[in-house]
Amino acid sequence: MLRARFAEDKLASLYRAGRIVGGVYLGRGQEALSAAGGVALRKGDVFAPLIRDMAGRLAFGEPLIDVMRTYLGSRLGPMKGRDGNIHRGDLARGILPMISHLGAMVSATAGVLLAKRMKKEKGSVGLTCLGDGATSTGSFHEGLNVAAVEKLPLVVVVADNAYAYSTPKDRQFACADLLDRAKGYGIEGEGVDGTDPEACLDVLGRAVQKAREGSGPQLVVGRLLRLCGHGEHDDGLYVEKELKNSERGRDCLSVMEKMTQDRGMGKDWEKWKEAAHQEVEEAVKKASEEPVPDPFEEDWRATRTQGAAEAWVEE
Amino acid sequence: MSITYLDAIRAAQEKALRDDPSVFIYGQDVGKFGGAFKATKNLAEKYPGRVIDSPISEDAMVGLAVGAAMEGMKPVVEMQFADFSTVGLNQMLNHAATTYWRTGRPCPMVLRLPSGGTPGSGPFHSQSMETIYSHYPGLVVMTPATVEDAYSMLLEAIGMEDPVVFCEHKLLYYHLKAEALPSEAVPAFRAHVARPGRDVTCVAYSAMVHEALAAAEELAGEGHEIEVVDLRTVKPLDTDTILASVARTGRLLAVGESWPWGGASAEVVARVASEGFELLDAPPQRLNAKDTPIPYHPNLWAAHRPTAVRIAAALREVLRY
Repeated sequence: MLRARFAEDKLASLYRAGRIVGGVYLGRGQEALSAAGGVALRKGDVFAPLIRDMAGRLAFGEPLIDVMRTYLGSRLGPMKGRDGNIHRGDLARGILPMISHLGAMVSATAGVLLAKRMKKEKGSVGLTCLGDGATSTGSFHEGLNVAAVEKLPLVVVVADNAYAYSTPKDRQFACADLLDRAKGYGIEGEGVDGTDPEACLDVLGRAVQKAREGSGPQLVVGRLLRLCGHGEHDDGLYVEKELKNSERGRDCLSVMEKMTQDRGMGKDWEKWKEAAHQEVEEAVKKASEEPVPDPFEEDWRATRTQGAAEAWVEE
Repeated sequence: MSITYLDAIRAAQEKALRDDPSVFIYGQDVGKFGGAFKATKNLAEKYPGRVIDSPISEDAMVGLAVGAAMEGMKPVVEMQFADFSTVGLNQMLNHAATTYWRTGRPCPMVLRLPSGGTPGSGPFHSQSMETIYSHYPGLVVMTPATVEDAYSMLLEAIGMEDPVVFCEHKLLYYHLKAEALPSEAVPAFRAHVARPGRDVTCVAYSAMVHEALAAAEELAGEGHEIEVVDLRTVKPLDTDTILASVARTGRLLAVGESWPWGGASAEVVARVASEGFELLDAPPQRLNAKDTPIPYHPNLWAAHRPTAVRIAAALREVLRY
C-alpha cells in the first residue's frame, strides 16, 4: 500500500511537471482493496488489474521499475513504448495488459483459466478488478455469466467508489447493492468495507480460497471512495462533501497507519515509509536514464506470422 | 466420393483437433448439436471437452478465446453468422488484434465467420465482414473460394500465431464439391489465377470467384479472354500476383460482395492505380453490392449483389474503353 501510494504521488508530480506523456490515473483510497487482491494471489495465478490497481500489481509482484519504465517511456519496459501507463502488463508474470474498454478483461481472464483447466494445470485462480461503472457494460455481464457457466476459479473485484468518472452510481444502475447481482449469476458474493485493510485481506483471502477450492466465480464488492479525480487532469469536485466526510471517505492508508501504531509497530511503519520512498526514487532515476523507443528501429509489424504484414509502399 | 466446402471445414477442424491438443472449438450450439450449419458435427463426441457450447455472448466468446490464446491454446471460435460477430468486434479488434503488438506474445486464434448472402437470409444473416476486420492492424483475413482452400487455409489459419478471421461463404457450403481433400496446398497468402486470360484481369474472392468465372465463360463466347484472380486471402493482399496479371491484360475489374465504401476491391484498385498505373490501358473499375442493407426477397437480393450477369456487363464496359 505504501509503495503504491508513494509511487503514485511521485507519478502525479511527474505528470504535473510534464514528464509523463498520456494520462495518469491513481488508485488513491483504493489501495487496501487492491493490495488485498494481490496478496491473496500466488505465483501461477492470473491478475487482470484495472486503472486503480497499482497496489494490487505491486503486491502480486509487478516490479516497480517496470511501472516507472512504462510511465517514463523507457523502451526496456514490458510494453516497449507501444502502449503506456495503466495498460502495462506482463503475460509471463500472469499480469494481463488491460484494454481501455471496460469489462473486457473479465472474459479474457476466464479464457486464461479455461485454458489452464484444459491443460490440466490445477489450482490457479484468476482475479480481475473493475469499478462500479464497468458493471454497466455488456462485456462485464457476458464475461461473468460465461465464467459462472464454466464454474471457473475467477474472482471479480468491484471497487464501488460511488462515481464512474463524474457520474454518480444512481445514474449507473438501479439496484440497491451491486452485490445483489451475484445471485443473478448463480455465484457467491461478499461485500467489504474497502477502507479497512484487515477486512479486505480477510474477504479477498476467502474469495480467492473458495475459487481455488472449486466453488466457482466469486464476486467481491468493496465500498470506498477514490480520494482523487478520475485522472490527474480532473479535480473530482463533483464528489459530494457529505460522502467525502463519511466513513466511506476514510483514507485506508491512515487506517493502516493507526493500526500499526495501535499494535506498537509505529517504528516499523516509519521504516517502511522510508524504504518505499527510496525504492520509488531509485526506480524513477533508473527508468529516466534508460533509452527511449526509436521509430527508426521499431519494426512496425502488428503480426507475427511471416508474410502477414502488408508490404506498404513506403517501406 | 465428393466433399463439399462445408465437409472440408469440418474435416480441417477434425484434423486440427486430432493433431494438436492445444486446439479447441468454442461457439453457440457447436457441441452435441454440431453447429447451426453442422460444421462441427460429431466432433464433440470424438474430442470430449474440446468442442464447447458457449452462451449467446459473442463478446465473451471472443474475449475468452483471447485469454485462452494468451495461455497457449489455439481456440477456433465459430460465430453462428458473420453478422453476429459485430457484438464481439471490440474483443477482436481491440484485444486479439493488439495483443502481439503490445506484448510481443502471440494470440493464435481463429474466428470462423459463416459469411455472405443466400436467398432469403436478409439484412442480418448475409453480411460480408472482411472489410471491417481488414482495416484493423494485427489480423489476418482469409476468404477461401474453393473446397480445397476451405480445407488447407483453415488448417493454415489454425496453425498461425496471429488471430485469423476466416470468412467462409454460406452459399458455397453445400453446392461446391471436390473429389478429394488436398494433401498439398498453395500458401494461404498467395493469390491464385483461377482462369488465365489476356484481355481483362477480374480480381475476386470468396463466392464472387465463381460469379467471375461464370462471367468469364460468358465473355469467352464473345471472343474475350478474362483472367480471374482469386485473392484467397484479402489481408495480407497479394499485390504482386494482381500486378503481374494486370501487366498481362492492361485492364482491371475488382469484384467484392461487400458494400462499396472501401474494402478489398477498393484496396485492389488503389494499389493497381498507384503501383501499376503504367500497366493500365483503361481506368481500373470495381463492382460491389449496392449501398443498402442486404434485402430479404430473392428478386431484390439477386440484384443487390454482383452476379455473373452484372460482372459480365462491367467487364464489357472495361473492354469498351
